[in-house]
Amino acid sequence: MINIFNYIEKKSPVHKLTGATKLLCLLIWSLAAMTSFDTRLLAVMPVLAFILFFVSKIKFSEVKVMFYFTFIFMVLNNLLIFLFSPEHGTTIYGTRTVLFTIFWRYVVTAEQLFYQLNVILKYLATIPIVILFVSTTDPSEFASSLNRIGVSYKIAYSVSLALRYIPDIQREYHDISIAQQARGLEMASGKQKLIKRLKNAADMLFPLIVSSMDRIEIIASAMELRGFGKNKKRTWYSARPFAVSDYLSIAFCIILAAVSVGLRFVNGGRYFNPFI
Amino acid sequence: MNNPEEENVIEFRNFGFKYTAQSEPTLYDINLKIRRGEKVLICGPSGCGKSTLAHCLNGLIPASYSGEATGELILDGKSFKDQNIFSLSKFVGTVLQDSDGQFIGLTVGEDIAFALENDRTAQAEMKERVKAVAEKVGVGGPFLSHAPHELSGGQKQRVALAGVMVDDVKVLLFDEPLANLDPATGKTTIELIDEIHKNTGTTVVIIEHRLEDVLHRDVDRVILMSEGRIISDSSPAALLSSDLLIKYGIREPLYITALKYAGVKITEEMKPQRIDTLKLSEEDKKKVLSWFEKAPYEKEKVSEQIILKARNIDFKYSDEGRLVLQGINFELHKGEMMAIVGKNGAGKSTFSKLICGFEKPCSGSMELNGTDLEGMSIKERADHIGYVMQNPNQMISKPMIREEVSLGLILKSSLTPQQIDERVDETLKICGLYPFRNWPVSALSFGQKKRVTIASILSMNPEIIILDEPTAGQDFRHYTEIMDFLSDLNKRGITIVLITHDMHLMLEYCSRAVIFADSQMIADKSCEEVLTDSDVVEKACLKKTSLSALSLMCGIKDDKDFIRRFILTDREVRK
Repeated sequence: MINIFNYIEKKSPVHKLTGATKLLCLLIWSLAAMTSFDTRLLAVMPVLAFILFFVSKIKFSEVKVMFYFTFIFMVLNNLLIFLFSPEHGTTIYGTRTVLFTIFWRYVVTAEQLFYQLNVILKYLATIPIVILFVSTTDPSEFASSLNRIGVSYKIAYSVSLALRYIPDIQREYHDISIAQQARGLEMASGKQKLIKRLKNAADMLFPLIVSSMDRIEIIASAMELRGFGKNKKRTWYSARPFAVSDYLSIAFCIILAAVSVGLRFVNGGRYFNPFI
Repeated sequence: MNNPEEENVIEFRNFGFKYTAQSEPTLYDINLKIRRGEKVLICGPSGCGKSTLAHCLNGLIPASYSGEATGELILDGKSFKDQNIFSLSKFVGTVLQDSDGQFIGLTVGEDIAFALENDRTAQAEMKERVKAVAEKVGVGGPFLSHAPHELSGGQKQRVALAGVMVDDVKVLLFDEPLANLDPATGKTTIELIDEIHKNTGTTVVIIEHRLEDVLHRDVDRVILMSEGRIISDSSPAALLSSDLLIKYGIREPLYITALKYAGVKITEEMKPQRIDTLKLSEEDKKKVLSWFEKAPYEKEKVSEQIILKARNIDFKYSDEGRLVLQGINFELHKGEMMAIVGKNGAGKSTFSKLICGFEKPCSGSMELNGTDLEGMSIKERADHIGYVMQNPNQMISKPMIREEVSLGLILKSSLTPQQIDERVDETLKICGLYPFRNWPVSALSFGQKKRVTIASILSMNPEIIILDEPTAGQDFRHYTEIMDFLSDLNKRGITIVLITHDMHLMLEYCSRAVIFADSQMIADKSCEEVLTDSDVVEKACLKKTSLSALSLMCGIKDDKDFIRRFILTDREVRK
């Protein structure tokens, strides 16, 4: 069974940070990466991200599915950018250095390649951090950290429960799908028409939804019977006070964000332009 | 304590309840008083209203289920109308039946603290209270940082109990605490409840239909319910001396049934509530002895023909993982009905998945009717071997019964629509579902849904059907219905394999049991041999039946023989 979205328990400095710290860092980090088009900063961030990954002791093999998934998404995104606006780079950077022509309006320019390099770097800067967050934050800490940054604890808890049940539901889906295959239902075969395959998938989804509803009803009753939702606020058994490393991590991310904003002024805009 | 009125912690006065979604009330004229410190068992077949009663006590009615109540219910000195689920949670602590489903925290400590967190208790106080209550139920110290999946079934029960006791509740309510537990864990759970009751003096209400298992420790009263009414409210001894249990579809303790077969009259003076309090006169013992000598005895006949054979099977889920199955050698005889038994995680379900081709063994071979199974796909094997999952909701994918039963046949598509219709009709008739053929599945009871899943497998004409816990969570009547049906199918020539930890099921219906423990197959014997072998019983988390103790009490040395004769007589009587 492959884990797609799951907490992986290890002993590492990254795991030791409180959930709230990690969530804050994730938000600030992504904001810095998303808003900046400064290639120098975007080149440094993936390096930092992969160093952090190494520090966390999470092995690539443990999260490869998530990586592949986002990688495919990145490639797709880049293809689509080129397909729909092959001249985007030239409008941004103001020059047009033609390298070669593929056909019709699809001309490869250095500016477009440079622009898309930035897009790729943004992916590389954020993906490892998101994966790192998911795999080093245990779901109930995630709930308490959401709550700590101001999200209502009821919403925070539903998010964390949903995350927690993903592995269970994956296992259940696997069980249901083999039992259905035993009745002749085929899932992963190229022989069938797409519509039929979708119909078959729906046949498997029906029992999955019914049994998930049962599960939700049980957990909801169990929580209510123990006073969940009684007060506007609640306390957290596993909440931890911030340590020095928490403050340092947040400070580092804020500096990163400051650099990202500062570079806008230096560059006189969002983009770092090597073409002028 | 001078005023006896005050001693009642729970009091129903002419109480009735009707769910909004139903036309008939579920509870009628309930009059019931439960005194402080009492231990009460509420027992009855499914649908008798015992769960509804429990929901009225803990406030899930009206919080989660709406309906109309009549009469009065006094809880903690106040009318139920002036209470809600949150105020009641301080008074009644509910332990639900599914200890996995109710685990909310990610560690034992966090889970126990859940109620305190919702009460906005300061962290330091919370840690202290969690520690104290965890020690009280025996999951203190290093356990506090354990995750739920690192715990055994019994430990999970303890955590669930600690999670409600942390609130200092006055009443502990157990909603079917034995469902889904293996016999050995069930036994320790009952012992734990008893220990907590004795040490804390908390009022205990247990909702359960497995009477003999609950009576393993004393209870003050048993309330028998049926069709929304209280039938009797008496001491366990008085109830066991009456005929009410059989009349209302509750399984009697096995030793009581055996005594009745022997012609012994059960009276309150015999203290029949537990096998270890039971007093038999010399005359009674003689009756048992002479019944034993006269009772029919024959060995189980097993066909010589081997339908399925497994040789030296090893299996692990991943390359680094531990062996889940190790050196399994297994033979299935044509036309038999047998059980694969073992505690959770012993590998019994995994083994059945290997047979069906859901997983591939690491080494070893399997043969079906002499043909090697290797290389056969799930679908190809499914023509011969059908697999019925434990939870019918996981299998049913069509809204209508007829559609569901024909699904597999339509997908196989080698049959004409007319042939499919004929086959489906025939299957529905065999399964007793023909009158409901055009009903929606959602209108059926759990037992009927189970039948639908069996029918949908049966329509494929398999030679072998493997069922995972076919009767889990079923009361005696539904259990008997499902098992008699399976036994009919077996008589039609279908080989049946049951994966179970229900001892009654293996004893009453199976000719043979193989026992899995710690990834190995440790025994392959007749069911009575299994249940009288102390070593096997312990390793497989089973427990000895009360029949062994009864035979010993009556001076019969060979308890195996005694059990065998009892089962044969029982099958005869039940026909």
